[in-house]
Amino acid sequence: MVDIITSCQLPVASCQSSFISQKEIKISICSLNIWYTDTQAIEDVSLDIEKNKVTAIIGPSGCGKSTLIRAMNRMNDIIPSVKVKGEILLDGENIYGEDIDVVGIRRRIGMVFQRPNPFPKSVFENVAYGLKINGLIKKKEELIEKIEQALKDAALWSEVKDRLGDSALDLSGGQQQRLCIARALAIEPEVILFDEPCSSLDPTATAKIEELIQELKKKYTIVIVTHNMQQAARISDFSAFLLLGKLIEFNRTDKIFTHPEDKRTENYITGRFG
Amino acid sequence: MRKFKELVFSVFLHTATALPLIALFSVIFFIISRGAMVINWEFLTQMPRDAMTAGGIFPAIVGTFYLVLVAVFFALPLGVMAAIYLVEYTRQGGIVQTIRIGVSTLAGVPSVVFGLFGMVIFVRFFGFGVSILSGGLTLGIMILPTVIRTSEEALLAIPQGFREASFALGATKWQTIYRIVMPNSISSILTGSILGIGRAAGDTASILFTAATFYIMHLPNSVFSEVQALPYHIYGLLTEGTHAQAQIPIAYGTATVLLFLVLSMSALSIVMRNRFRRRKKW
Amino acid sequence: MKKFFRRGKGIEFLFLFFALASVFFLAGIVVVLFSSGLLILRTVTLREFILGRYWHPLFYEPPAYGILPIILGSFWVTLGAMCIAIPLGVGAAVYIAEVASPQLKEILKPVIELLGAIPSVVYGFFGVVALAPFIMRLFDLPIGFTALTASILLGLMALPTIVTISEDVISSVPVLYREASYALGATKLETAAKVVFPAAFPGIVTAIILGMGRAIGETMVVMMVAGGSAIIPRSFLQPVRAMTATIGLEMGEAASGSPHMHALFGIGCVLFVLTLLFSIAAERFSIRFRRQVGI
Repeated sequence: MVDIITSCQLPVASCQSSFISQKEIKISICSLNIWYTDTQAIEDVSLDIEKNKVTAIIGPSGCGKSTLIRAMNRMNDIIPSVKVKGEILLDGENIYGEDIDVVGIRRRIGMVFQRPNPFPKSVFENVAYGLKINGLIKKKEELIEKIEQALKDAALWSEVKDRLGDSALDLSGGQQQRLCIARALAIEPEVILFDEPCSSLDPTATAKIEELIQELKKKYTIVIVTHNMQQAARISDFSAFLLLGKLIEFNRTDKIFTHPEDKRTENYITGRFG
Repeated sequence: MRKFKELVFSVFLHTATALPLIALFSVIFFIISRGAMVINWEFLTQMPRDAMTAGGIFPAIVGTFYLVLVAVFFALPLGVMAAIYLVEYTRQGGIVQTIRIGVSTLAGVPSVVFGLFGMVIFVRFFGFGVSILSGGLTLGIMILPTVIRTSEEALLAIPQGFREASFALGATKWQTIYRIVMPNSISSILTGSILGIGRAAGDTASILFTAATFYIMHLPNSVFSEVQALPYHIYGLLTEGTHAQAQIPIAYGTATVLLFLVLSMSALSIVMRNRFRRRKKW
Repeated sequence: MKKFFRRGKGIEFLFLFFALASVFFLAGIVVVLFSSGLLILRTVTLREFILGRYWHPLFYEPPAYGILPIILGSFWVTLGAMCIAIPLGVGAAVYIAEVASPQLKEILKPVIELLGAIPSVVYGFFGVVALAPFIMRLFDLPIGFTALTASILLGLMALPTIVTISEDVISSVPVLYREASYALGATKLETAAKVVFPAAFPGIVTAIILGMGRAIGETMVVMMVAGGSAIIPRSFLQPVRAMTATIGLEMGEAASGSPHMHALFGIGCVLFVLTLLFSIAAERFSIRFRRQVGI
């Protein structure tokens, strides 16, 4: 099990970001520290995620971006010997709190991974999986309806409506990734985490996913990890720049990319390292 | 000089590879060529007659089948569950270390020692007597390490991404195992386990004191019956037989049947395993 | 309690219980062997048992329970088997891993694995009907059931184990090593002999130990073809009696609770301890190999 040391006992569900409206905070990360065995991957990170906005986490590889986003739905729990200290509040409730139902948290916070990872089942069964295991549907018609809706929301319906019974592994890489998005949408989460969703896709497929994310933020709160700064600039409302496990700068994306406050952020976005 | 050394070494390597293959194939050919002459439909489906000097080996075929069945029903669920624990629930620690040492040590125990264990525990302590049940359970324990290892391998071949995707959708560990991990690994587990089954079908020492008998004139009627088994039948015909002239041909036939059974199962298992490895899309 | 199950802890404990089954069985084997086997020490001392030169459990007054000839018999046939299996097995593994074309390798590997599945009783049968008469004629012996006969068959049986594991080990030596050697102008065979083989050596030792474990624990072949005289072996052309064969042959006639039966379980203890030592040694060398080549 993951060791959880809770020291940060802030009474209010917030940290510091003045540019984020206090009422609209969906997730609040407070003094988060994460260790793998003996190396520290995340060092004292505090960050607020605003509702119905896209928040991008950027930084050079190995800076802890993935660790940070995986902390938000406790995916790090799967890896043995991870130690977490600090709090992550989802609607004011600490997801690392003692009596928390991890499975319930993951149902509320969906995730799309770096490489498309559809199950080796049919397209239909992939989307149905989350609904079935969570016992969210009672009737067959309802299931079909929800699956159609999820595939439409993921902009995949027109391409797969005639091949719902085919194996998901026969789809193209971009389609597979959108299927994974549909799979996450089907259980109607509140937040969707994207962990470098386009890193294994070609430019056309990438453009489709970016367009989709713009559409999705109307209904969902979105966090995306990316190593592609143009992508962050194109699709995000807020950007957090991470370096060696520390949060260097967090601001509105337009500010970060035009007037970065920190020298290191400027060096990174102008391509001087990383 | 360098050329000469190369030549000698090369000759040695070729000989080392060819010689055992020739020897092993000669053994197989020697037996099958003689066994094939006595095998016919009656040989496979009839009871022995005239004090084991004529007739067929049907009871030995049936007996081996029952023994293997009990062994598989015992070892497969147990081994798969053990492998699931080791792969899916493992946190590195003392318990896991202990289990791994246990499995690898058990794999090295000679089958005659399993026979002693089965005799004391199943035959005497539980009072199953010399029976299908005692022998099958003994064989089951013997093949348990094989089943655990092949199952572990199959489970480790499932990409971590499948598990992560399932967890991220709010599945519990059990749901992930039951709905994602098991359906995708069960075929490799089964094909791998056939290797263990072949081993159980051919083993003699572990059933010497737990299940096998040479003279029995009827088919087993319950799991508590003594049985004939193919490998023990070969041994019995050679050592307990009194009419070598008539019994040696029967032994050739029995050995051929056993070889065919074990080799075809193993070949099936190996071919299927290699095919799964190659065809895997993920 | 309810929460306990909701979090899947109940299922986890169930799996743990089954996972511990092999440990239970192992413990059971130890208890069974030693609880009966140690009783022989009521009849003879440990020294008399292990180092006694005479095994006369039946028809002698007083009976003698010295198992030295039997232990040496096991070692003797295993030694003979290894003289055959080590050079051939390692040579074949080097050939398959380093020399054979990929197509040939695709065929040889499964075929050798398949040959490992031949039941031991079939080898024993072959020994009785073919090899023993051949040995008898070749060396002009009164009887063909000798240590040599058993050694040849045990060597053949251990070969697939040694080849398969050694080949895996040799193939897992990183390509880097080979490339460095080729770059210095070495040929394929020189590289195999001087670079790959030394790197793989501890792993090959593991394969050999596992092959030896198979030979020393093998029962049917030694029961059928080794001849069965419990005398200290001095030549490969004499009959010998191994530990496994003694248990297999005499368990049926030993009276329950008699010193004879305890002695047979005592032999089981010795056999178990030996195979345990083999397992430990194999594991040690395997760890050393993996550390040496960095995998």
